[in-house]
Amino acid sequence: MNFFETFRLALQNIWASKMRTFLTMLGIVIGITAVIVIVGLGNGMQKYMEDSFASMGTNSLTVSIRGRGTSRSVSVDDMYEMVEQNKTVLDKISPTVTMQSQIKVGTETLSSTATGVSEDYFKIKDYEIAEGRGIQYIDVAERKKICVVGQYINQTYYAGRAVGDTIKIGADKLTIVGVMAQEADEMEEGGTDDSIFLPYSTAARLSGMGTISTFTITIYNEEQASIAKKVVEDTLYKTFRNSDSYTVISMVEILDIMNSMIDVMITILAIIAGISLLVGGIGIMNIMLVSVTERTREIGIRKALGAKEGVILRQFVIEAGTTAAIGGIIGILLGYFLSRVATVIVTALLETELTVVPSAGSVLLAFGVSAAVGVIFGYLPARKAALLNPIDALRYD
Amino acid sequence: MSTLIEFRDVCKYYQMGDETVRAADHISMKIEKGEFVAIVGQSGSGKSTCMNIIGCLDVPTSGTYLLDGRDVGEMNRNELAEIRNELLGFIFQQYNLLPKLSILENVEVPLMYAGISRKERRERATEALEAVGLADKLKNKPSQLSGGQQQRVSIARALVGHPAVILADEPTGALDSRTGREVIAILQKLHKQGHTIVLITHDDSIAVQTERIIRLEDGHVVYDGDAKAPEATVRHTSQSEEGGI
Repeated sequence: MNFFETFRLALQNIWASKMRTFLTMLGIVIGITAVIVIVGLGNGMQKYMEDSFASMGTNSLTVSIRGRGTSRSVSVDDMYEMVEQNKTVLDKISPTVTMQSQIKVGTETLSSTATGVSEDYFKIKDYEIAEGRGIQYIDVAERKKICVVGQYINQTYYAGRAVGDTIKIGADKLTIVGVMAQEADEMEEGGTDDSIFLPYSTAARLSGMGTISTFTITIYNEEQASIAKKVVEDTLYKTFRNSDSYTVISMVEILDIMNSMIDVMITILAIIAGISLLVGGIGIMNIMLVSVTERTREIGIRKALGAKEGVILRQFVIEAGTTAAIGGIIGILLGYFLSRVATVIVTALLETELTVVPSAGSVLLAFGVSAAVGVIFGYLPARKAALLNPIDALRYD
Repeated sequence: MSTLIEFRDVCKYYQMGDETVRAADHISMKIEKGEFVAIVGQSGSGKSTCMNIIGCLDVPTSGTYLLDGRDVGEMNRNELAEIRNELLGFIFQQYNLLPKLSILENVEVPLMYAGISRKERRERATEALEAVGLADKLKNKPSQLSGGQQQRVSIARALVGHPAVILADEPTGALDSRTGREVIAILQKLHKQGHTIVLITHDDSIAVQTERIIRLEDGHVVYDGDAKAPEATVRHTSQSEEGGI
């Protein structure tokens, strides 16, 4: 009697007691569903985080300098020189000066943010210019009163004809020389498309800021994020001799930390869900033991007719394994379905684009684990059946 | 003729608490190929023990049991399963059909364990069922058949593997006298075709329809000879009858 034949027999038996089989596999179904949805949720969260970070630029370092009195300080030129000297890891640099002044178009007050940047900033952030021109070196050097505005501002306040017009920041009037291409999928207030960029030198003067304390530096390779961070930190330490005087934040590092936190959380949740697989396995063992007792006579007949112990053992193990595997498949399907539902609910509740994506790996693992649970927990009852004495079994009522 | 079943001083002892029950006490006998033998005895006479040993469901405590020249006492459980499949056909009092399978599938079971292909199994099982007159009920479940029909299915199942010995344990016990007679008639027909049949019964009226009677009492053989002889149905001890005629 070969494996296929035994398998067919197992399917026959499972089909003969559908209701019981279904209830037996329920524990496995719930366990697998839970694992799939949780892992899917984790994947979705990770993807969401990565997307959010990617839009901020994962290849950049943000340097904030608090300084240390007036004795030690770092000038913009020092920072440029640092980038120049570490060309192997560091790529471009732009100082960033955030303006606090009121922004006005005519008599209307805008909630937009105005930031002073260098001519490289648009390349660093991968922003495109749709009309006019970007900020140029000469603008920075001569502290020109010009600016580039986001598409939202262009559309909302200038009806798409912002280039050549003026905008008021604090008491000063700036000429709009360029309009950025739309960045976000949807233009909204407060987003990137609601930004104004001007030369950092101009911004520093307008806001009366003596020193510039924030810089964005891009790196060549995301893999080298920690090296790049170290280089910047070392340079700054040489000047300040105090690591509290500055902070260097690497986006990639933050993303990594976030990802590993999500990983830990998801693993813990999946383990908790996995416990229900254990409970499901015990359920299978329980029902199989009952089934062996119920079918004692059948086992006796089969043995009298020439079934060897191994064949009986195999029959029951396969039956348990198949029951669990079918439960696993149902769990996987249900898991996919619930992932869809979860996506809809999460998207609606949190107003984010989070998709619950079960990974192929987790699906395969779930199937393997459920079949293994069936086989492992089916073994004990199967052994009991295999070792039944045919004489007693035949006499059993 | 060649000897198919040979008991040499076969003993089977059971421990019941402090007491040792001698279910078979130095039984020696020979059954030749083609014989139709009834092993008769009251309950407790040791006939069930004898049947279990002949049927390779159990092994003797001491003594030798040779089935077709092979020493069964030396075999392990898997070898016993194999030899049951190969050499023995069982007919039980309670039919012992598998209720969830159709009667065709029931008859296929011994062939399945013999490792015969599905197609051949189907053919042979169908033939066997045709031989007992159930060709029109192949797809039925056992519960849809009468007792006599179910017993005929179990006869087909016993025959399908072409066993050396057909072992019938009280085959008429659960049937009314008319269907009981039909079953005996089938067994007699099989005997005429050359099958070796060992029938175990407590019922003398059934036993006398065979060729030879081996009577057991308290684990001993008390008569072994022609079924038609007057002394074949004589009880040797003064025990009152229970359950017989």
